Amino acid sequence: MTGPAPVRRPLASYVVGSTGLRRPSADAWRTAGITVGCVALAMALAALLVTISDGSPSEVVDALYTGSIADAAGWSQTFVNAAPLLLVALGACIANRAGVFNIGQEGQLLIGAMVGCFVALRLQGPAWLVITVALVAAAAGGGAWSGISAAMYYTRGVNVVVTTLLLTFVAAQVVQFAVLSPSLLQEQGMGNGPARPQSDAVPEFLRLASFGQYPDLTIGVGAILAVVATVVLAVLLGRSRWGFRLSMLGLNPLAARHAGIRASRLGGSALVLSGAFAGLAGGVILMGTVFRLQPAISNNFGWDGLLVALVARSRPGLALPVAVLFGGLRAGSSYLASTGVPSYLVDVIQALLVLAFVVPPVLSALWGRRIRNRGAVPESPARPSAAAPAKEEVPV
Amino acid sequence: MWLDDGGTVLASALRLTAPLAFAACGEYLAERAGTLNISVEGMMLSGAFGAIAVGSATGSPTVGLFAGALVGLLVALVHANLSHRIQINTFVVGLVINIFVLGMTSFLLQTTEFSRSQVGVLRVPGLAEIPLLGVLFEQRWPFYLLLLVVPLTWFLVNRTRWGLELRAVGENPQAADVSGIKVNVRRRQALMWCGVMSGLGGAYLSVGLVGSFNNNMTAGRGFIVIAAVIFGAWRLKGTLLGCFLFGAADALRLALPSLGVELNAQLLVAAPYLLALAVMVVMAKSQREPRALSKPFERGLV
Repeated sequence: MTGPAPVRRPLASYVVGSTGLRRPSADAWRTAGITVGCVALAMALAALLVTISDGSPSEVVDALYTGSIADAAGWSQTFVNAAPLLLVALGACIANRAGVFNIGQEGQLLIGAMVGCFVALRLQGPAWLVITVALVAAAAGGGAWSGISAAMYYTRGVNVVVTTLLLTFVAAQVVQFAVLSPSLLQEQGMGNGPARPQSDAVPEFLRLASFGQYPDLTIGVGAILAVVATVVLAVLLGRSRWGFRLSMLGLNPLAARHAGIRASRLGGSALVLSGAFAGLAGGVILMGTVFRLQPAISNNFGWDGLLVALVARSRPGLALPVAVLFGGLRAGSSYLASTGVPSYLVDVIQALLVLAFVVPPVLSALWGRRIRNRGAVPESPARPSAAAPAKEEVPV
Repeated sequence: MWLDDGGTVLASALRLTAPLAFAACGEYLAERAGTLNISVEGMMLSGAFGAIAVGSATGSPTVGLFAGALVGLLVALVHANLSHRIQINTFVVGLVINIFVLGMTSFLLQTTEFSRSQVGVLRVPGLAEIPLLGVLFEQRWPFYLLLLVVPLTWFLVNRTRWGLELRAVGENPQAADVSGIKVNVRRRQALMWCGVMSGLGGAYLSVGLVGSFNNNMTAGRGFIVIAAVIFGAWRLKGTLLGCFLFGAADALRLALPSLGVELNAQLLVAAPYLLALAVMVVMAKSQREPRALSKPFERGLV
C-alpha cells in the first residue's frame, strides 16, 4: 500500500519479545554504538557513587574481580550464583517470547523451593530418586503458581503482570506460614532454644553433587542443568515449530489466531513453563547451596533473573553470558566489605546495566525513523495520512 | 476496656492507612490515564529516603516532607520519559526503578549518617476528647493534608477538562489522539502526579510516623496501593476504602497478639493481595477497568 516504506514495529517490541526474525540492518550498528555509550555511562555513574561515598573505584573493581573471576574459587562462586539466575532467565525468555510478561519469578521460586524442600525431607528412597523427584516437584510447584495467573488470564482476562506480581507476596506469606508451622516444615527443635522460622536441613546425601574440590574449580549439578537447559531451549526456540509458534503468538496475536494457534493453550503453557523454570531454580538453590527453607531463601534471585532475561532480550544464548556476568557481580559483592563500600552497590550497578541494555534499541529505532522521515518529508502529502509518520510525537 | 482497645487499634489503623492513601491518590490518577504504575513502590521508598535526608540536613522535617514529594516526582520523571516518551515497556521500567531505588537507598543509608527528624502532632482541641473517634483528631499534621489531597484528586479527575482528557487517554487513546489530545503528554503528567503523591506518602511514613529511615522501609506498601486501586475498581472512594481495610488488617496483625486473639498473621499480611486478586477475578468482565490500561500508545499503530 505504501510501497517500500520501512516496517514499523511497536517500540515496545524492541524490549520484550523481540525475536530476531528480522535481518540485522544498519540499525544494528547504531544500536551497538549507543549500547556501548550507555554502558560506559552506567559505569561512570557507579564510579561516581563510589567516589561520593568515600570509596575508591579501583579498589571496588579489584574486590569485584577478586571475588568473581580472579581464581578458581572465585569462578566456582560465580557459577553457583549464575545457575539459578540463568534458570529463572530461561523461563522469562519463554514467557516473553509468547508475549506474556511474567514478573513473579521471585514468588514462583519460593514456592518451588518450598515444594522441593517438602519432598526432600519427607520422601524415603534412594538418593538419586529423591533428588530427581524433589527437583521435578520444585518445578511443578513453580509452574502451578504461575499456572494460577495463567488460569486467571485466559479464563477471566485478568492482567498477567498484576497477578504474577501480587501472587509473589502471597507466596512469601505461604512460605512464612510453612516454616512457622511445626506440622509442615518448621525445624524440629534440637532441645536448645526455640525453633527458628526455617526448615530442617536437607540431609547430606540428598544435596546436589558438585565436581571438583574447594581450591579447584567446582561446578555444581545446578550449573550443568542450567547450561543444558540453555542449549536445549536455544535450539527449541530458534529452530522448532513450537518456538516459531511461540514467537508468532508474541509478535502478532491476531495473526497467530488466524493461523490456528490457541493462545490459551500455547501462551498458558509458556507461562506455566516459565514458572516451572523459576521453581526449578528454587529447588537448585535449596539443594545446592542453602539446604534449608528460609523465608529469605529467594534472595532476589527471581527479580535478578528477570533482569538477566531483559538484558539478553529474551534470547537463551545471550542469557548465558549475562547470567555469568550478574552471577559474578553477586559473587564479587561479598568481597566489597573490605573496601568499606556497601554491597548494595551491586544492585545499583545491575539496575543501571539493565537500563543501559534496554534503552539503546528503542533509541536507535527512533533515530532511524527520524532519519528516514527527514528524507521522506517532501513526498509525504501523496501518502495516506495514517501511514505517513510525518511528525513524530516522540522526540528523542 | 473494649473502647480503649478499639481506640488503639483504630489509631494504629489510621496511621498505617495514611501513607497508603497518599500514594493511592497518585496511583488512581495514573491508572485512570492508562499507566499501571508498578514503580509506585520505588517512588514511595525514594520519597521516604529523600524526606529523612533533607529533613536531617536542614533540621526541618517539614522541608523534608516536601523534599520527599519532590524526590518522588524525580523518579516519576524518569519513569514517564522512559515509558511514555521513548516507549519502553512500563513494567520493565517500573521493575528496574524499584530495584534501583531499593539498592540506592540501602547503599546511601549505610554510607551516610542521618539524625532523627519527625513532624509534630496536631491535636484538635475538644474533638480529640471524643471516645474511640478522638484518635482522628490527634495525628501528625501531614495527616490532615489528606483532607486537601483526596478531594483535589477527585476534582482533577472528575471535574476538570484535564481529567476528562486523562480518562479519555486511559479508555481509548486512539480516539483521544485524533481529537487532538496529546496522549503521551497526558500520561506523563499523570505519572508526575503519581510521583508527587507517592513521594508524599513515603515521606509521611518516614518523617511523619517513624522519624527515621530504615532499609526497605516501605516493604511492599506500594504494591498494596496497587491492590487497593484494583480493589476499589478504579474509583477513588473504593480505593480509599481499600486503603483503610488494608491498613486496618496491618494494624490488627500488630495488635492481635496483645489482645489475646488468635488469627493467622500470614493470612492478614497476604489479605490485601488475595482480596485484590479475588476482586479482579470476579469483576474481570466489568466495564470499570480503563480499557487501555497498561497498553502503550503510539500514533499510527492499532
